[in-house]
Amino acid sequence: MAATPITPSTTQSESLATVWRRVLRGLTSSQEGILLLVIIVLMFSVGTSNPRFLSQNNLTDVFAANAYIAVAAIGMSMVIVSGNIDISVGSLVGVLITLSGNLAVGLAAMGWPLPLVNIVAWVAPLVVGMFVGAINGFFVAYLRIPAIVVTLGMLSILKGGLILVAGGNTIYNLPAGYTIAQDSWFGIPVPTVFMIVLTIIAAIWMRYSATGRAIYAVGGNAEAARLSGINTRRIIMTAFILNGLMVGVCSLLLATQFNQIQATAPSGLELFVITASVVGGVSILGGTGTVVGSTLASILVKAIASAMLFINVSPYWLKAVQGALILITVLADVLRRRRQAR
Amino acid sequence: MTTLEKTQTNQTLDGLRKWLFSQEVILLIITVVGLLLLSTRSDKFLTVENLLNQGRLGAEVALVALPMTLIIITGGIDLSVGSIMGVCAIVLGYSWKNLGLPLEGAIVVAMLTGTLCGLVNGAFIVRLGLPPLIMTLATFAFYRGLAEGISQARSVRGYPDWFFEMGQKNFQGYANGVPNQLIIVVIATIIVGIILARTTFGRGLYAIGNNETGARFSGIPVNLYKLIIYTFSGFMSGLAAYIYVSRVSTTRSDMGTGLELDVIAAVVIGGTSIFGGSGTIIGTTIGLILIQLLKNGLALAGWKGDATTIIVGAVLIFAILVNNFIQRRTGGRA
Repeated sequence: MAATPITPSTTQSESLATVWRRVLRGLTSSQEGILLLVIIVLMFSVGTSNPRFLSQNNLTDVFAANAYIAVAAIGMSMVIVSGNIDISVGSLVGVLITLSGNLAVGLAAMGWPLPLVNIVAWVAPLVVGMFVGAINGFFVAYLRIPAIVVTLGMLSILKGGLILVAGGNTIYNLPAGYTIAQDSWFGIPVPTVFMIVLTIIAAIWMRYSATGRAIYAVGGNAEAARLSGINTRRIIMTAFILNGLMVGVCSLLLATQFNQIQATAPSGLELFVITASVVGGVSILGGTGTVVGSTLASILVKAIASAMLFINVSPYWLKAVQGALILITVLADVLRRRRQAR
Repeated sequence: MTTLEKTQTNQTLDGLRKWLFSQEVILLIITVVGLLLLSTRSDKFLTVENLLNQGRLGAEVALVALPMTLIIITGGIDLSVGSIMGVCAIVLGYSWKNLGLPLEGAIVVAMLTGTLCGLVNGAFIVRLGLPPLIMTLATFAFYRGLAEGISQARSVRGYPDWFFEMGQKNFQGYANGVPNQLIIVVIATIIVGIILARTTFGRGLYAIGNNETGARFSGIPVNLYKLIIYTFSGFMSGLAAYIYVSRVSTTRSDMGTGLELDVIAAVVIGGTSIFGGSGTIIGTTIGLILIQLLKNGLALAGWKGDATTIIVGAVLIFAILVNNFIQRRTGGRA
């Protein structure tokens, strides 16, 4: 974060105070604003006690390290907004990174030209991710099986299939230029670029496009949406396919992060992704929430993890903090709704 | 047709057809056919010794599946059972090794911890009206975090010999007898089965799952019932933790990871509707047996360890499809 010195002149202090109050009220009225506020307060309080927390290296890490989770949370948010859930994300990521890595190594060994090898290995997880998303979506939308059951089944099948085929091997000797997530574009790490660009595109699409609005309508009240002429099945299908695409991008970032790939499903990944969505303000009942919130939430989780290191708290408490975070978010949401209902 | 009428055994021909097409009977047929097919792949499979051993291995899932059936019948879910099992295992090991409690006391404290964890779930769900999915998702992370935080990911070993009695020995010590924990599973299954099918409390759970508002208006203490089943779920997870630690001789903070998936899969395969309102303990039991034996049979036929989860996933989706098909034919809720 670039340091922008704020020097309030004493003569304007009164009007400035009202402005600040208005800004604060504006921020706290939305989940995104609260998250932003919490991130800023956290950074300043930990930063003052340990300035190294605000060093460029650490900040780059805070914004880049959880980018793959933020990307997957974009898709998850769409699915949850549509009134469904996907708990197969972790297993799917495991399958896709293995696929991408093996494709890269295999095609390079067959003597394909390098740029082509890499492009195929990068695009394959996106395509397969969308395909698996389409299968999930078909079962949920057309065969009317609850999403939690379908994706639980998918989780088991993908996890088992991965072990059967890959057996938890590590993939080495990735071709040159494959590890795109290690690069920087315009001085920004590639994962961060992906996170920001995809969040902006998805946020605009969900807010302003007809299909994006329809996802909210279906999640809010499927019957009303259907009666007002929305093809609810097609919308749910779309949400799952886009989720598959995002899981594909997430896998791409994860696979190209290091110089080797562990061919297993990263444990608990779906939990991180669902946490990001829920803490970001996506209601698990469907119909509300934004991807900006989920991205801010994934940054917050990483910022907390990093802050814990700097104030000497054992990282083994991270998951407890994460659980408490979900609880606090949900409680705050319940209280806010009660106040509004009054 | 009201709920009560629907669930009471019907002696008419229509009832017989319904029974033939019921989830339990179809599952039983699938199980038997599967077993016969698998027994041709390995002669070690259909032996008393192997089957009893599978009962030992499946005990923890079976115990937790009982309260899970009740919870899913009310239209709820409990994702935190695996994490409760983890935190109970850690509390057991930690309070014995680090706090110096006698081991008997540590076992009790562990089970109390589980009960408390379940009570917290239930209290938040009932008092604040949180959706069970989100509440138990939060505690899924929170309880696992407690387990990791308390133990700092260190394992506890070196339990005395008598401690392994529950997990590794047979009833009354026979060499080829029934595993101790299987006895507990059978007793618990019968008790919960009777409570669900034959008591006001059990009928109330179905009523809550079918129409919670209606159940409230007809005077069923919905909040109390929900509190009881989530607390019971915590207690059973604690019991499962004790049995599991006793079976594998060591305590680690990642114990019970993925337990919730196995349990939910078994309950749903057993015909309990994920929307609530229907399901039986017998169905869950058959679901458990089906999963455990399919996994074991495939492992004996040469499949690599966790690859057998493919079959769990496939059977799960297949069972739901069949269930949907039946309900559409018999005119039940889709």
